[in-house]
Amino acid sequence: MTESTAEIVGRGNKEGARLFRVWFEELTQAAEEDRRAAYVFVMGSMAELVRTFELPIVFPEINSLQTAVRHVAHEYLNEAEDHGYSPDICGYVKADVATQLRKGALPMGRIPRPAIAVYTNACNTYIKWAEIWERMHHCPIFTLDVPGTRAAGTQTWQGDVDFENDRRYVAAQIKELIPILERVSGVRFDIDRLRENMDHANEMNRGWKRVLELNRSRPALFNALSDGTIYLGVANGLRGSKAGADYFTDLVEEMEYKSANGIGTLTDERYRLIFVGVPCYPIFRRFTELFTELGGTFVNSTYLWFASGGSNLGFQYDLSNPLESLAEGVLIGVRDAMDSMFFQTTALVDMIDTYNADGVVWHPIKSCRTVSTGLADNRRAVMAERDIPSLFIESDMMDRRVVSEAQLKNRIDAFFEGLATRRRQAAIGNP
Amino acid sequence: MAYAAGVDVGSTQTKAVIIDEDKVIVARALTETGANVIRAAETAFQEALQAGDLREEEVEYVVGTGYGRYKVTFGNTQVTEISCHGRGAVHMFPDTRTVVDMGGQDTKAIRVSRTGEIVDFCMNDKCAAGTGRFLGAASSALDIPLDDLGPTALRGERAVKISTTCTVFAESEVLSWLGKGKKIEDILLGVHQSIASRSAGLLRRVGIEEAVTFTGGVAKNVAMIDTLNRSLGVQVHVNEESHYMGALGAALFALDHILASRAPTVRHGTS
Repeated sequence: MTESTAEIVGRGNKEGARLFRVWFEELTQAAEEDRRAAYVFVMGSMAELVRTFELPIVFPEINSLQTAVRHVAHEYLNEAEDHGYSPDICGYVKADVATQLRKGALPMGRIPRPAIAVYTNACNTYIKWAEIWERMHHCPIFTLDVPGTRAAGTQTWQGDVDFENDRRYVAAQIKELIPILERVSGVRFDIDRLRENMDHANEMNRGWKRVLELNRSRPALFNALSDGTIYLGVANGLRGSKAGADYFTDLVEEMEYKSANGIGTLTDERYRLIFVGVPCYPIFRRFTELFTELGGTFVNSTYLWFASGGSNLGFQYDLSNPLESLAEGVLIGVRDAMDSMFFQTTALVDMIDTYNADGVVWHPIKSCRTVSTGLADNRRAVMAERDIPSLFIESDMMDRRVVSEAQLKNRIDAFFEGLATRRRQAAIGNP
Repeated sequence: MAYAAGVDVGSTQTKAVIIDEDKVIVARALTETGANVIRAAETAFQEALQAGDLREEEVEYVVGTGYGRYKVTFGNTQVTEISCHGRGAVHMFPDTRTVVDMGGQDTKAIRVSRTGEIVDFCMNDKCAAGTGRFLGAASSALDIPLDDLGPTALRGERAVKISTTCTVFAESEVLSWLGKGKKIEDILLGVHQSIASRSAGLLRRVGIEEAVTFTGGVAKNVAMIDTLNRSLGVQVHVNEESHYMGALGAALFALDHILASRAPTVRHGTS
């Protein structure tokens, strides 16, 4: 290994972990000083705007999934269920309810109480979730209603009447939000600070799009399920910050280096796979290994699209017209995040072709109806378009009670047996 | 003559099948899996050897399958029971395109190609509803031996509607129907229809293409065959080897390895 290889390869994972530690140290300090935070969500966080008001930013979804990755989610889920929440509702919500009952205590540190919650309609649970904080903490909550695509294949764009109406609708809501943020933070809105944050977001968006594109390389440069989730965490948690922008500039450099030198995430990449859905966080590492041990790597994932709030598109804000451009970016990004869940077929078919995928894995999860509903039909539709092996496995993002590793392994092994058979048949000329 | 073996370590029973080079079954054996999975695999294999009057060294290759496939410590490799049931079913009934395998803890719907490769599959998830265990619960609640369930159910005329999908609650539902004075055969017919209905749902997910072959331990149950036929609207293939189909498929994969190792290699020499 050359010196530059040792320095560059794996930097994104290490630096991502460091940035997370720093972020949670800052949140812990804010909690200790009883400073309040803005609670936001991954699909349309508007962190570039919220940061302008010097509010610490909390992503409850990221906190909750971290409890699962750190194998303590069951403690939080049980606590929320003891409090009265049903086993059948969103695991992220329940882990957060328990976190609030524990006065913000998490394995990574402590989170401050909310000064405000800002969220979109990309997930309807966001709205009910925020209402819990409203009752618990008596804080204002703000729903940004983002018009979604009306039907598959009917997206409108700049210049279309419907698009311009939608953009004005979003812009008007953002203008309503600003005085509320001023009131809860005590900080006056500064459009130049917004411009600066949007500039950082532009750099991050460009980087994220490029990183995803670079994984078309063979061998794949990173595993979209494991490494990709680390990058995604930074894309959300540090959105609109200089540290976040610099991280993605460095990540592009790392991926370009790996691509130029043929350094893949697996030494023996046998199958290139696409992942649809949310990862199985309660056994996160093992879940990935069930595929990598058999030579499968995930080259892309719909999760990296919708859970980045659509920043995978690489949208660039027009800094000369920040508020209107912010509205446009939020509209396009959040709409794409929703489309990545609800109108996936065309995008998946395109992904199969451009990433040279050998198989697709659909992973609906019990505690999230938003991302899981419709996946069975989506799978049928994709298989009608492309003759590609696929796997449909179910587990959960949070609740280990509905995760059976033995059952998952059985299905995954059978999927790989099918992939191997297909490759053998192709080698001897059988269709 | 070389022999190949398949050992299918299932959740309740372990099966072993030995075949010869002509793919003819020469011996088979079955034992309860119990708590010692390694021993169950060894016992089934040894009993099959004994039944076939074979020595262990005559069996050149062994494939383990089933949930305990990695516990077949004397085996050469492992293949999932999904692939094995597909392979076994197509070998036994060459027109098979869909397989329904009903075992102790899970039910699988498998769509296969004409050569026995898996096209798609679907299984029950983290719940034993619609599996052999559901029948076990009914057997326990009614105090009727498992083997008598099918013939008793076939005498039913007015099936009760079993509404629960939970194996544990099925037992209490069966008891509540008894309390209401329903006949045992009508309750059992309802239990079989409930399982058939859930299995048909799994099969529809992968797409039902004829012919359908019924495999696994529950394939011995005559009422299950009948209710499945009615539920699917087709006559499923089933025979006395259906219970051993996973082990048979594993033995066929084992034979592939033996034959591949004998295949002549192309030599690139100088002339």
